[in-house]
Amino acid sequence: MVDSFAGRLGMAYRSTPQGDRSTRARLVLVLLGMILAANILFGLTAGASDASALSVLRSWLSGAGTDGVALSARDSIIIYEIRLPRVVLGALIGAALAVSGAVMQGLFRNPLADPGLVGVSAGAALGAISVIVLGGTVLGPLLALFGIYALPLAAFLGGLAITIVLYRVATRRGQTSIATMLLAGIALGAMASAFSGVLIYLADDRQLRDLTFWGLGSLAGATWTKILAAGPIIVLALIVTPFLARGLNALALGEAAASHLGIPVQRLKAVAIVSVAAATGASVAVSGGIGFVGIVVPHLLRLLMGPDNRYLLPASALLGASMLLLADAVSRTIVAPAELPIGIITAAVGGPFFLWILLRKRGVLDL
Amino acid sequence: MIEARGISVSIGGRRIIADIDFDVRAGEVAAIVGPNGSGKTTFLKAATGDLPYSGRIAVNGRDLSRLKPWEAASMRAVLPQATALSFPFTVREIVKLGLMSGRSGARPGEIERLPELALARVDLDGFAGRFYQELSGGEQQRVQLARVLCQVWAPVFEGEPRYLFLDEPVSSLDIKHQLTIMNIARDFAARGGGVVAILHDLNLTAMFADRIFVMHRGRLAAAGAPQDVLNDELISRVFECRMKVSTLPSGNMPFVLPQSAAL
Repeated sequence: MVDSFAGRLGMAYRSTPQGDRSTRARLVLVLLGMILAANILFGLTAGASDASALSVLRSWLSGAGTDGVALSARDSIIIYEIRLPRVVLGALIGAALAVSGAVMQGLFRNPLADPGLVGVSAGAALGAISVIVLGGTVLGPLLALFGIYALPLAAFLGGLAITIVLYRVATRRGQTSIATMLLAGIALGAMASAFSGVLIYLADDRQLRDLTFWGLGSLAGATWTKILAAGPIIVLALIVTPFLARGLNALALGEAAASHLGIPVQRLKAVAIVSVAAATGASVAVSGGIGFVGIVVPHLLRLLMGPDNRYLLPASALLGASMLLLADAVSRTIVAPAELPIGIITAAVGGPFFLWILLRKRGVLDL
Repeated sequence: MIEARGISVSIGGRRIIADIDFDVRAGEVAAIVGPNGSGKTTFLKAATGDLPYSGRIAVNGRDLSRLKPWEAASMRAVLPQATALSFPFTVREIVKLGLMSGRSGARPGEIERLPELALARVDLDGFAGRFYQELSGGEQQRVQLARVLCQVWAPVFEGEPRYLFLDEPVSSLDIKHQLTIMNIARDFAARGGGVVAILHDLNLTAMFADRIFVMHRGRLAAAGAPQDVLNDELISRVFECRMKVSTLPSGNMPFVLPQSAAL
């Protein structure tokens, strides 16, 4: 059985032309799907309570209401109101951050572009902080009009503004300068953070506490309301991005060459920028600053299966979701019964990883 | 054919090229020559739709400025001077990008092997599995040409001729591959397509071009068949370098040797 599977795999490899990694990419996608499924199941069943995988599965298989095997009311609350929203939100945000990173890297033709690094997250944070601090006063009408969507919407607009300015500054005549992009990103991020700082200064004690927890990045407060607020935007962005894949592949050759291949480059860039801002904005709005997912996940995948965006984008979504669920599991257990903000974990892993990329590519980058 | 009339391009208020008339017919190789900074690449960028221009350019009778990107992509392919990549694509993955428009015009059985066929054409047999970033500049240039060839594999598609735009296609190549690439251009024209190439080597130009367009300070200094255009007076006026144009005894093909320069 195993032998025949391996045999068929070998056949597939042999019949694939040299330099064609699509077979391997599909295989990686299947594996990533299985890993994510396992991760979700683990996230649902592991925790301080003893509501176990077995009892959940049993209740699913037999259907609720059957005597003796239905979940107890307590387990049901733990699973459906605490763990499930957290897992769903974690998967959505992990997918959104990783795909945003991959799209942005394609757009800037650079493996170091990441919404967190070049100020897009800072812009989104400014939008979110504005709503938290000014929601009771100046921005009251916005809050009244959009309800739970006001926060992700404001974060989206903040991220969008930064992305557009960044692209204008860093790209001249279709060529993006890496140094300009990173430096302009730092400047824009600093400006956004300065405005955020002013707002935080104005905040009262209760708002300050909200802001601190939110800013460290955490999935702890996951609720169905948050999922309802950010989920649709993220899902929409995740649905749109695969349609950008071919165009982003062509864009790797430069804007002119992509256009010569028949890609409507201006439209591609506009859709890519809006998708990145939407996905990043929605994620930042509900989870605060979770960094480096967008840079680590696509980079690992490019090493594994190549840079073809038709596979890279869906794979980024799957691995991003898995990585964030894993990071969340670590954040819940490493200092149990307390919890470490997940942003600390991703930064602790992502920072060194980023340095490693820099060291490997030092010769290639024209910094 | 491609017809350009009165083409001018200004960048940032400065006029880079002015009033260029240009034609390339199906079956012809047209070469653009001229000193550095004379506006050759600017003109090519206008003709491929990368730069806004004033004047009129028609491709097979259709106004270039009204063509959608995918329409233009099925009528012509463009080889850039050099292409650096920051992602680890394999050679095959790059060449396959040329098939994106789906209008290569290859025969049904040919299409799966087209990247390999194109690579063999540019003398890169067996390079499909290599990483693009690890190749030399000349090899990368030939990979890009293979990609461009995939895009317009059939020089005539649905009854209409197609065109190759080549920006200094041989600048980083050794002499053998300079001839390989120029022969590909020649062959593309012989099978009914049209070729526009920016060249620096006047001898290759004389050998392979049906018509040459000589540019000087943003304007057209001369246009016509190589044997009619290339002469001592033109070379000294345009290139500001006095050299002797000679002809091969076997025919009327002109050649220029740098050794003839009066220093």
